[in-house]
Amino acid sequence: MISEYILSITIFLPLLFAIAVLFVPKANEKLIKLVGFIGAALTFVVSLFLYFGFDPALDGFQFIQRISWISSLNISYLVGIDGMSLLLILLTTFLTPLALLGTWNSVEKQLKEYTLMVLLLEVGMTGVFASLDLFLFYIFWEAMLIPMYFIIGVWGGANRIYAAVKFFIYTLTGSVLMLVAILSLGYFASTVENGYFTTSLLDLYQIAHKLPINLQMWMFAAFGLSFAIKVPIWPLHTWLPDAHVEAPTAGSVILAGVLLKMGTYGLLRFNLPLFAEASLKMMPIMCLLAVVGIIYGALVAMVQTDIKKLVAYSSVSHLGFVVLGIFSMTEEGMQGAIIQMVNHGLSTGALFLLVGMIYDRTHTRLIADYGGAAKLMPVYATFLLIISLSSIGLPGLNGFVGEFLILLGSFKSSLLDNYWFAVFACLGVIFSAVYMLWMYQRVMMGPVHEDGLYGGHKLTDLTRREVAALIPIIIFIVWIGVYPKTFIKLSASVSSKTTELMQKIKSGAKIDYSLMSTEKLSK
Amino acid sequence: MFEYVPIIVLFPLIGFLSLGLFGSRIKKEKLVGVIGCGAVGLSFLFALLIFFQMLSIEPDQRKQIVTVFTWLSTFTASPGSLSVEISYQIDQLSILMALVVTGVGFLIHIYSIGYMHKDPGFWRFFAYMNLFIFMMLNLVLADNFLLLFLGWEGVGLCSYLLIGFWYEKKFTGDAAKKAFVVNRIGDFGFIIGMVLIFTTFGSLNFSTVFSSAPLQTTGSTTIFWITLLLFIGAIGKSAQIPLFVWLPDAMAGPTPVSALIHAATMVTAGVYMVARCSILYALAPVTMQIIAVVGAVTAVFAATIGLVQNDIKKVLAYSTVSQLGYMFLAMGVAAFSAGIFHLMTHAFFKALLFLGSGAVIHAMHEEQDIRKMGGLREYLPVTYKTFLIGAIAIAGIPPFSGFFSKDEIIWKTYSNEQGSPVLLILAILGAAMTAFYMFRLVTLTFNGEKRFNVHVHPHEAPKSMTVPLIILAFLSLAGGFVGIPHVSAVEEWLDPVFSSALYRLLPGESTSELAEILLMAISVAVAVLGIAAARHIYLKRLDIATSFIKRYPRIYKVLLNKYYVDEIYDAAVVEPIVKGSNEVLWKGIDVAIIDGIVNGSAKAVAAISQFVRKVQTGVVQSYAVIFIGGVLFIIAWLLFR
Repeated sequence: MISEYILSITIFLPLLFAIAVLFVPKANEKLIKLVGFIGAALTFVVSLFLYFGFDPALDGFQFIQRISWISSLNISYLVGIDGMSLLLILLTTFLTPLALLGTWNSVEKQLKEYTLMVLLLEVGMTGVFASLDLFLFYIFWEAMLIPMYFIIGVWGGANRIYAAVKFFIYTLTGSVLMLVAILSLGYFASTVENGYFTTSLLDLYQIAHKLPINLQMWMFAAFGLSFAIKVPIWPLHTWLPDAHVEAPTAGSVILAGVLLKMGTYGLLRFNLPLFAEASLKMMPIMCLLAVVGIIYGALVAMVQTDIKKLVAYSSVSHLGFVVLGIFSMTEEGMQGAIIQMVNHGLSTGALFLLVGMIYDRTHTRLIADYGGAAKLMPVYATFLLIISLSSIGLPGLNGFVGEFLILLGSFKSSLLDNYWFAVFACLGVIFSAVYMLWMYQRVMMGPVHEDGLYGGHKLTDLTRREVAALIPIIIFIVWIGVYPKTFIKLSASVSSKTTELMQKIKSGAKIDYSLMSTEKLSK
Repeated sequence: MFEYVPIIVLFPLIGFLSLGLFGSRIKKEKLVGVIGCGAVGLSFLFALLIFFQMLSIEPDQRKQIVTVFTWLSTFTASPGSLSVEISYQIDQLSILMALVVTGVGFLIHIYSIGYMHKDPGFWRFFAYMNLFIFMMLNLVLADNFLLLFLGWEGVGLCSYLLIGFWYEKKFTGDAAKKAFVVNRIGDFGFIIGMVLIFTTFGSLNFSTVFSSAPLQTTGSTTIFWITLLLFIGAIGKSAQIPLFVWLPDAMAGPTPVSALIHAATMVTAGVYMVARCSILYALAPVTMQIIAVVGAVTAVFAATIGLVQNDIKKVLAYSTVSQLGYMFLAMGVAAFSAGIFHLMTHAFFKALLFLGSGAVIHAMHEEQDIRKMGGLREYLPVTYKTFLIGAIAIAGIPPFSGFFSKDEIIWKTYSNEQGSPVLLILAILGAAMTAFYMFRLVTLTFNGEKRFNVHVHPHEAPKSMTVPLIILAFLSLAGGFVGIPHVSAVEEWLDPVFSSALYRLLPGESTSELAEILLMAISVAVAVLGIAAARHIYLKRLDIATSFIKRYPRIYKVLLNKYYVDEIYDAAVVEPIVKGSNEVLWKGIDVAIIDGIVNGSAKAVAAISQFVRKVQTGVVQSYAVIFIGGVLFIIAWLLFR
């Protein structure tokens, strides 16, 4: 049956085009770009089949495919998606071609390798979201690190090596511990009655409730650290501003748009259902860190002088909302968190595209070098405004949908039982308006520079290609803002199941782990 | 007919979309004007049709809800999780608001054709204005808090866009951002309030919340917080103390914007919201007291600043803040109908005054300083006459509209048990000052000697501007008759909306006709006195004003500088936050501490490696020495452990 393969095709199609790129002569830059873009665009089209074939009414995972891999350890190539992974895969396949299109002429060297890296990165990202085997997940997780490392380190700005190494070491520190945790989890599975070594998530969901609490805490910490660095949760965020500032535009778009979500995805996919008791114990601490991140990120974003750094710190703030939503352990909070991952991917992805577009023209990202740009680039000004408003969380655009659900969820959460988290998080609503609109004012409003030059260059409005890269994002920003049902309904099952599980654990009821997975234990 | 309610909202949206997407390609101003005005005009007509239909049916059938689609929900099956619809509610209050918004909005759109003539952003202006009407209609027609909030933030956005309309000027960007941010501070309260409503009532729909609210006990803490938090939102939107600071700066926008958004409609949204939630407020007597005090104090406070301002629009801006204070005073003393009535008459006369000031500014080639005007009466006869009508109306001289609505508020402040003598005195004091500063404005602008440059040749505005002035002048003159005390059509019309709140607040009606007439006489007397004093001083005895300034320079300076509120906020709030974020959070915690640890541990690893790598010398002899040392160590350990 073809539907069994669609998911794998979505994952590996970019790899096929990456190989194709290898065979294009270096000099034929146009063809390289075209092959890269078509590959990414085609992947998006294929991923749409996932959307249309997905039945949101069903619990558990769909499009499951299993191929035995390391049979002695019961490790298999096991992929499948639920509503949350579907949304994030769609986000990935949607943003990648747009990132390529939006930075068509921005890459000045080694274009072939660059296109290759972006396509490989896409394989890693979709793979992470589709893996249902922890070992496979780990492989994709690490594999994705390599192209990103090169994208920052080779095509980045002046201080790129420092940023790339910092990014690599930060992330690797976390993931090494995760590997240990994965292996010990697999080993633990062999110690239970009728057990065997397994890293299949579907199996592990069944036995996770047998984990003793102290082991749970260790595993929560090991997985959690890895994910917290990726999110990033305060105070593990300092790699992010450096990585963003140095990364080339497409790198920043993908980094902010997709990579950061792997952290929050991991928390929701692994930490909560596998280590439920530990998650409940850690809940207040995680919420506290989330709220600190929201306020801290916003305040530091406010005083940045570099537009890209401002957007980077704003991500710390926005991802804080996502973490708060997840650990509110309510349906509102989780649904809000999941849609907020998509929202942040769209709006921050678009913001980095926009910063890149203006940087291509002037070669400066300092806010102080601008002012009055709206007069010279009215179309650009309109796009920047709409996306800023989406990021601020204006009702009617996407950001509000997520933020409100998260605030509501964390306020009403009976498990968290402390509304001050929501109240302080809500301060982020004020500060986000301050830093975004202040930036907008200083860059776009005010008198035009007398000589008409910015950073020694002329400002011209967006080209058709650039507009074409932004329009699809705007469409979804409005769509999610006005009619979020199309997207939110997809993740209804995973949110309500996870919430139900948490409620049951808290109340001490007998746990039926098939809540999380309809699959039976199978060797 | 009722099912067509969404169409009222739809027209301005179509107008906005067509102008926003294709406006830059429409070369003819006329076509842009037709689309912009037509969208609002059609909305007005539809609202009018629905209004007439409502008149023809029984009062208890006048309330209808029309649902369009599900907007924000978790889309999970479990009961009790959030689900909010895009749905509109038609009732006596919302149709009244819709009529004011579209009616006054339509006139201001027409006026803008003349005012914005030849502006390069002509199409952009009308696109924003249509978006504003769309959002404002969502605000007043919403049947749940979240949709109201969509409109609430949406009008804030339009306000931002239109204040910053001439963005290439230096000051407009600051003013626009300030408006949005200060409003957001209020919205912070509003959002928490909504969340608390949901956790308390399990719904955000007006009908559900308001029908289950009476089950709560009067004075319950939850209701207190809900009402207070919502009121914080209103303080921001309706520019009350302490969040009024954005409104005077908002005058940086084009004058029709000041008339529509910052006088007639948007800033009254807070008043509307409180009126809409009257039943909640009825359960929170403490909040009602707070509202009354904030309203009354703001009314006087803003009026004192208005006494000495020299910018024609600034005077009107502070006057708006002051009049909004009256509306909140009305809400606080349970005079809901009177507050809404004043909202309506204020929309007429304040829109008129702002549009009139626009005609003056237009005639004076963008001059706004009234010290450089004077004697404009002969050049701008229509503007003068209509402006005068507006001034008389706001001063509260019968039978002009402002008299009826303001007198009603003053009377209720006295007669309702929520009122108090102090509030009453403040209200009357404010009325006297209103009359004074308005006629100071009229006199300095239109009467007396000409103080402007000879090269300025003031000219009357074109028809598209004067016709709206005349219509608004008519409404300011006659609009009050729908609210004559005891036979008030407005009060009767709105009664079904407020009856359940009033039933709790005012169980028994106690009226003394004598007191009512006496109070009426007092309020007219102070208004006449205020007018007479202003005429006398600014027409004949300017020396009184100057000697006052000389004798009390401090008071004058404080008033002229608006009590230094902006400066205080800057020093006490803005500066510390910016400085703290920059020096402590970013450069301190982020760069020095966290990155210090990260880079430090990296350096430590490097340093250790430097040391350890010395072991690997490549010299076989030294390896042998280490090897032997190791063996000896193990033997020793095995022996002596």
